[in-house]
Amino acid sequence: MMKTGFRKVLLIMPSVIVARGLEAALAEHGEFRVEGILADLSHASEARLRNMDVDVIIIDPVVFDYVSRASGRARLAEHSSAAVVALKTIPMEDEQIRQYDGVVSMYDDPVAVVKKLRESLASHEDTPESDGYDLSSREKEILVCVAKGMLNKEIADFYNISIHTVITHRKNITRKTGIKTVAGLTVYALLNNLIDPSSVEL
Amino acid sequence: MTTEIQRIVFSESMKLADLVDVNFKLLNVLSRLGISLGFGENTIREVCQRQGINLESFLLICSIYTYDDYVPSAELLSSADPLTIVDYLHSSHAFYLDKEFASLEKNIKAMVEPCDDMQKKIVSKFVADYKLQVEKHFAYEEMTVFPYVRALKEGKMMEGYSIEQFEENHSNIDETLGDLKNIVMKYLPDTCDTVLRNEVLYRIYRLDEDLAKHTIIEDRVLIPIVNRMEA
Repeated sequence: MMKTGFRKVLLIMPSVIVARGLEAALAEHGEFRVEGILADLSHASEARLRNMDVDVIIIDPVVFDYVSRASGRARLAEHSSAAVVALKTIPMEDEQIRQYDGVVSMYDDPVAVVKKLRESLASHEDTPESDGYDLSSREKEILVCVAKGMLNKEIADFYNISIHTVITHRKNITRKTGIKTVAGLTVYALLNNLIDPSSVEL
Repeated sequence: MTTEIQRIVFSESMKLADLVDVNFKLLNVLSRLGISLGFGENTIREVCQRQGINLESFLLICSIYTYDDYVPSAELLSSADPLTIVDYLHSSHAFYLDKEFASLEKNIKAMVEPCDDMQKKIVSKFVADYKLQVEKHFAYEEMTVFPYVRALKEGKMMEGYSIEQFEENHSNIDETLGDLKNIVMKYLPDTCDTVLRNEVLYRIYRLDEDLAKHTIIEDRVLIPIVNRMEA
């Protein structure tokens, strides 16, 4: 990674006030500079994310819905290799927090935020690349749909992708987990907290 | 698995005790055929005669059970008795449902004891669903295939059914068992005791192997025999 005097930061958060506040707070210190702000993770935003070379992403996890929140970090990893820090605006379960390289609070003072961003970057640089056996965020999303009993066609329509793509994802899920049946995938999803138990018939 | 050097062609003059020494997993086969232990120095021929078991069928089942690549000769297939094969398959079904699944469920229950209620529930539901799936699969054979073979043996032809349909209906129940294996090995919470997990895994591996042999006996023995009878 190039050290150009400051680290590039991308903010992904729906609140403009919070984003501008963070941007101003970081600007005072100079070490981190906000290079872009995304309000959501729509397909357009994902495309911008891919084309943006930033060192740290600060994300408010509310941009993910309940289902994908637990795998939010992995979804970002598909588009960017930056360190990802969560901005805690809502209560988060430990499970959700652990996926991030760091967490900052709305009530941290700017010095604490800068420190945490530094630590997060350092810990992120120590983490090896995924070995290719962990499910990607999209695979987790598809897995959740399968576990809920959706058919390939329904999943394809829901994500606006082709049935062929859905099948490829399902093959990869089976390759990675070794689990072949829908019932087995449902158990996997529940044991890994990917779905809310109330959303499936037990 | 048995290596080439140890490979022994089972013959009627072999002592039954030696047969078990070659492949101890044949103990399952003996009990399913109604042969109890305590057979002393009796040979395969003597025991089969005493129990009224067709000798060729017995040798076929034991060979398939022991050697993965065993291909029965046409001669053996034509002298084997389809009723012995059907009896064997039928008692295997009873063994799986009454003994094997009961033990599996018991072991699984002990294994998931430290889990939370939701986890216990999802695992036991998965196992219960698997059992239902297997019962359904067996029921089709018990209600449709076996009566058909018995009728055919008595010289009656049953309209609108042939063993070909059995081959088509032969659904795969091994995928679900494979999933159970992966779940127990890879995805249960750490709170589950490793020794108890191992017990469940050993049971799954043995059951999987046994069911695979069961399927081979259906596919390579029963179906060819019935095909000959239909011709």
